[in-house]
Amino acid sequence: MKREGEVRISSGCAISGIFCRDGRRISGEAIKKSIAIMHNRSNGLGGGFASYGIYPQYKDYFALHIFYDTISAREEAERFLDKRFDIINLSKIPTRQSGKITDAPLIWRYFITPLPHLLQDSQLDEMEYTSKATIKINESIKGAYVVSCGKDMGVFKAVGYPEDVADFYRIEEYEGYSWTAHGRYPTNTPGWWAGSHPFSLLDLTVVHNGEISSYDANRRAVEMYGYSCNLLTDTEVITYIIDYLTRKQGLTLKECSEVIAAPFWTTIALKDEEERERFSYLRKMYSSFLITGPFSILVGFKGGMMALNDRLKLRSLVAAEKGNTVYFSSEEAAIRVIEENPDRIWAPRGGDAVIVTLDKENKQ
Amino acid sequence: MRRYRIRKDESCILCLRCSRECSFGAIEVKDGKALLFNHEKCTDCQRCVTFCPTGAIYITEDENRFRENSVFKDDDIKEIILQAKTKGVLLSSMGAQGKNIPIYFDKILLNASQVTNPSIDPLREPMETSVFIGARPAKIERDANGKIVDNLPPHLELKTPIMFSAMSYGAISLNVHKALASASEALGTYWNTGEGGLHESLYKYKRNTIVQVASGRFGVHETYLNTAEAIEIKIGQGAKPGIGGHLTGKKIVGDVSKTRMVPEGLDAISPAPHHDIYSIEDLAQLVMSIKEATHFRKAVIVKVAAVHNIAPIASGIARSGADIIAIDGYRGGTGAAPKRIRDNVGIPIELAIASVDERLREEKIRDRVSIVASGGIRNSADVFKAIALGADAVSIGTAALCALGCHICASCHTGKCAWGIATQDPKLMERLDPEKGAEHLVNLVSAWTSEIKEIMGGMGINSIEALRGNKMALRGVDMNEKELEILGIKYAGE
Repeated sequence: MKREGEVRISSGCAISGIFCRDGRRISGEAIKKSIAIMHNRSNGLGGGFASYGIYPQYKDYFALHIFYDTISAREEAERFLDKRFDIINLSKIPTRQSGKITDAPLIWRYFITPLPHLLQDSQLDEMEYTSKATIKINESIKGAYVVSCGKDMGVFKAVGYPEDVADFYRIEEYEGYSWTAHGRYPTNTPGWWAGSHPFSLLDLTVVHNGEISSYDANRRAVEMYGYSCNLLTDTEVITYIIDYLTRKQGLTLKECSEVIAAPFWTTIALKDEEERERFSYLRKMYSSFLITGPFSILVGFKGGMMALNDRLKLRSLVAAEKGNTVYFSSEEAAIRVIEENPDRIWAPRGGDAVIVTLDKENKQ
Repeated sequence: MRRYRIRKDESCILCLRCSRECSFGAIEVKDGKALLFNHEKCTDCQRCVTFCPTGAIYITEDENRFRENSVFKDDDIKEIILQAKTKGVLLSSMGAQGKNIPIYFDKILLNASQVTNPSIDPLREPMETSVFIGARPAKIERDANGKIVDNLPPHLELKTPIMFSAMSYGAISLNVHKALASASEALGTYWNTGEGGLHESLYKYKRNTIVQVASGRFGVHETYLNTAEAIEIKIGQGAKPGIGGHLTGKKIVGDVSKTRMVPEGLDAISPAPHHDIYSIEDLAQLVMSIKEATHFRKAVIVKVAAVHNIAPIASGIARSGADIIAIDGYRGGTGAAPKRIRDNVGIPIELAIASVDERLREEKIRDRVSIVASGGIRNSADVFKAIALGADAVSIGTAALCALGCHICASCHTGKCAWGIATQDPKLMERLDPEKGAEHLVNLVSAWTSEIKEIMGGMGINSIEALRGNKMALRGVDMNEKELEILGIKYAGE
């Protein structure tokens, strides 16, 4: 059977997110509880979590979570990293065996920083330098897969139900100000842990529920700009598009949402002149990155989170607030189970991004 | 040489309408009351059949054939005899007839949503078919306040991804131009003057006009260039790559002469190459000259025929400063072309689109230019497949003429078109009512657009941009691996 990346697998899903605007770090317990209530939106073939603020002692270093199929893949990847980065720390990621998660690859974590002289010679910034290196590992080292590579953040994912994945990775032992979770319902067996979600590049993580009909148009467009879609999943291509539009093209996250879930021309026609020109420009300029078909996504980034629905709202997505905490989920039940009485609960409109950031970042 | 046989049955009432309709002299009146059939002059244009009030006329393939031979077919022998008699190059018109050259559109199947994502009902939800074609800068710019500055070069805005191909005044009648221009205005798309200039009465359609600059430079002047939204530099066309054009002096009469800026009765010869473009850097200079002449307010299109190395050619054009590349495939039509060229030179448009799109992506410049495909697009499914293979939009020529009455008898080069399309004969021209013609063109393109929306909705796609180059929407049948590889699609069932 072909594994994920050799074949495109469509999935239904559950997503959930918690964001503490005051920067308070909470354990993974709550997000596990939230995603677990949507057990029947997954089918045991993929679950995962992303969290920000979990590595304060190493916050200046890129944290790499890597899956290896074999020891030789690990040796090769470590040689690759050693040539390009200072490896500050490395260890196996601690796991808990419960019998519910099986066929685990070797799971390692590295804290690294680019070697200064190589970084300077490359004429790249450290973000681009690191993203190029991780894309290279995924592309060229057989049996090695970089799961996440941002700073002070990490992705924990596996083939299994999300609550079992949480236990496996002992995520209750981590504390972060931002959490997202994903439960997957793929239509056939991915056969590979890397295919689970969240998907991540640098500080960006994406969990997604949906199946985009523009997939191949988007994939072929983003691959022009140095990305390589190895998993053939929607989440992967959405992540790369967001990275390209924000980091390389310099769009704000809001502008980025107006490209990928662009308003209809008929809606644009009703705007005032300035807005009409702005929306038209973005649609014309980035027409290859319009995403059609159902999606609801939670985008995690350093200091913030964005929730976005496709423009027809073909997938459920609920948002809620309680004090300084913001919740997003596929189902209201998954919010109520961890916060019974939110101050406000609402369903964001299709194409209207909800963006939350740390209060201290806002003040800056 | 006889190809068809004209017959009538007893329901004929001898109204003689057929003889008045026949412009080829195939049906004559004998002694004022009987019909005389000159079978050898019949082109099977179906004019007489259409207008016979009692349905009495039949045009059939002549059943007298040459002896069956597995190598030399009937047409081969007829052509040999004709050339042996005349010493002439065989002329023909409309699109190629290479019988063994596959139509790949017919071997491609489309996808639809089932279960994992919903199809979208175009009658209930917005379904966007608008396309903007033109160049795009590599990056956004912001002003001092961080506001995005509109740095997009001039674009064409199409309400539907279907335009009308270049067909010149002279090769076709003014009424055809009128119909195309006013239909384009109604549809929110564009028509293309071809290389024969733009009649002054059509200047008012400026906002829906593309003017062409071809190797003969007929009718090209500053006002002409500025009476359009885009200027197309025509390097070649699918029906006759590498070949120039020849409009006989007989057609250079009255307004045609004036519009083309060619003296009456003088043959209008378009050289095979542009004599100021012998290389790609010359093209870049012409593109720039035209942009300067139009104050950088118009998009520039470069039209080429799909030939073997179309991918690097297109890449060169993309870097020449052109905003749009128009590629005309092997099956593209024409008013007149040497038959051997038409049937043997060039490559099918499907393969050309896929290889150009892929090459421009490899070179990371696909988003910088737009691709317009043409050459044998017959229906909305062909349009859809062309876009999914990588085109931004398509142009239709023959299909548009069919909407105006053309029955593809392939006799355009005779100038005697019985339908009033490919003729300058004032009597024949009157047969085409430009208003009625425009209505038919609008109907056709609107019908196709509705069908495209229907197919898009079935796939869960609600904007045509999301279809462009979306090859997962396509699967092939009856193709070998090489064909699939070039088209960049999978086999059905994969």
